Amino acid sequence: MAEIGTIGRAPSGGFGRTNGANVVNVISVRDLEVGYHDTPVLKGLNLDVRRGEVLGFVGGSGMGKSVLTRTIIGLLPKWKGTIEVFGRDLDAIEEEEREEIERRWGVMFQGGALFSSLTVRQNVQFPMRENLDLSKRLMEEISLAKLEMVGLHRDVLNKMPSELSGGMIKRVALARALALDPEILFLDEPTSGLDPISAGEFDTLIRALQQTLGLTVFMVTHDLDSLYSVCDRIAALADGKVIAEGPIETMLQSQHPWLKSYFHGERARARRPATGTQATQSR
Amino acid sequence: MAPPRSAFVAAEIALLSAKIDGRRLVLAAAGRWVSAKANEIETLLDVIYRKGFKVDQLEINLAQLERLDTVGAWLIERLRRTASDAKISAEIVGLDPRYKILLDEVAISNKEPPHPHPKKGALRDTFEHVGMAVASTADDFVAIVRFLGLVVIASLHVLIHPTRLRFTSMVHHLDLVGFRAVPIIVLINFLIGAILAQQGIFHFRKFGAETFVVDMVGILVLREVGVLIVSIMIAGRSGSAYTAELGSMKMREEIDALRVMGFEPVEVLILPRLTALVIALPLLTFIGSMAALFGGGLVCWLYGGFAPEVFLDRLQDAITLDTFKVGMIKAPFMAMIIGLVACVEGMRVEGSAESLGDHTTMSVVKAIFLVIVLDGMFAMFFAAIGM
Repeated sequence: MAEIGTIGRAPSGGFGRTNGANVVNVISVRDLEVGYHDTPVLKGLNLDVRRGEVLGFVGGSGMGKSVLTRTIIGLLPKWKGTIEVFGRDLDAIEEEEREEIERRWGVMFQGGALFSSLTVRQNVQFPMRENLDLSKRLMEEISLAKLEMVGLHRDVLNKMPSELSGGMIKRVALARALALDPEILFLDEPTSGLDPISAGEFDTLIRALQQTLGLTVFMVTHDLDSLYSVCDRIAALADGKVIAEGPIETMLQSQHPWLKSYFHGERARARRPATGTQATQSR
Repeated sequence: MAPPRSAFVAAEIALLSAKIDGRRLVLAAAGRWVSAKANEIETLLDVIYRKGFKVDQLEINLAQLERLDTVGAWLIERLRRTASDAKISAEIVGLDPRYKILLDEVAISNKEPPHPHPKKGALRDTFEHVGMAVASTADDFVAIVRFLGLVVIASLHVLIHPTRLRFTSMVHHLDLVGFRAVPIIVLINFLIGAILAQQGIFHFRKFGAETFVVDMVGILVLREVGVLIVSIMIAGRSGSAYTAELGSMKMREEIDALRVMGFEPVEVLILPRLTALVIALPLLTFIGSMAALFGGGLVCWLYGGFAPEVFLDRLQDAITLDTFKVGMIKAPFMAMIIGLVACVEGMRVEGSAESLGDHTTMSVVKAIFLVIVLDGMFAMFFAAIGM
């Protein structure tokens, strides 16, 4: 079959987990300043997200975790600094290219943000319908496949969001975020409001999807369990800056008062004995 | 059987090519099997399905695949399933290990075809709709009566324990639905009065009965138009606001929160609103009627040419205290019906934003409808008692 092979192979290693050698930053934020009215929230923040990793982003309430996410995805205007996604400066590109990039990321909002007037099926199909040219049959099959990937049964297809439980809403929201096969997935507190078992399942799910689809995941979270079990790296936010960045061990060794109370506080204590094994297992 | 030949789809070589090798079909996928190309790939696969090759074995060669996403993976899986449904043994070769998990993942999805959209006949649909409409009208009636009962019980409670009256809340709502509605009510009624008078003069002039315009404006405004216009305005202005407020409180479980804290929502939320409405509507009706009479009088003077003294004199002859009372008696009942419908609809709101919008619309539509029905019933009643 000599007639095939007209197109060259993609460079290897562009998919799956990174391991040191060919690290590419899919998102890189430099000197970012953002605020509301006159009050700065982020003051010269720097952050890199590497291809194929799950980055957990922690910080106290009101410190600006969501502000950073919303600024990267373009919902909040920034005062200063640059944001590069896929190596492209988001300020320097044309509207068309921006839309192109927006199709390559998926966002899951904290409350799910499902369209309440559409069924689950329509919610998941909405991005496909608007952005892709798929046959009706294929769209049905793909939307069901996505829902099954996030662990939902086909019975939910015709339900309205108001008929779903909290955990199901999160899963449908995830399926919708994955509808266009994004390369980056933004998750805003994916496990908040879930019981520990569902939260654990959700963590496993995120990990599985990340490996299946070769995703880069940017996850804002408060959940210590998520940090231990799914995150490759963690970035901690305080005083408008990233105060520590690295695997869980780095966090545990940090002397910053906020990190100390976060990782060694009352609620973290229960976790600590398991730290060593858990951390190595997840790597 | 198609003659053995290679690559019959030369143009799309980059995506899919086929080759027959005896009883074995080799399909080679290449390039980017991603959602953007899905339509092309699907068409190509359809061509192959339609050819209906008589083969026993299918080899799906993925060695030249450049990129694969869920859609591409599903198309491969679908091809594999179609083959095995036709008793053709299919094997996938040359798969890049990084795509293995994805293919395995789609292989376990879509085991059953998705639920079809429920479809019924047009006739059945129509009957179903009519039936549901009748049933929901009956439901509405029951709901309003039940709610009225709850309100009466709550009012009795408050009468026995006057300290439980939410006075501040009531005054707040009185301000919102009463005082702040004055400008718009005055304006609308002034215009209606003026228009009535102008039309009356214009047509009555033909047979020289201009002076009867004063009778017409006076009776019409005081008996019917004043209270109707005010009720319709208030149903649109305050009824919708009540439904939306209560509905969004219901959506956010605020009403449940009140209940578990030992408060009776009807007493805390609904009674002050209803009381405010029942006080405000007669006052607004009075103000509105006066504005309408003023508008009518002004037009009679400027357009019809009879002086204000003449207008007032004529008006005194035309109307009795009964005319005024008929309008005013109706007002609190109108207020009650608007308030009840608004609160019933508000409490029916469920989780979604759409439901809130639906019920707000329904609240206004039903309130206006019932106001007019009630007005008709009052007309019969007053005619019977000779008022």
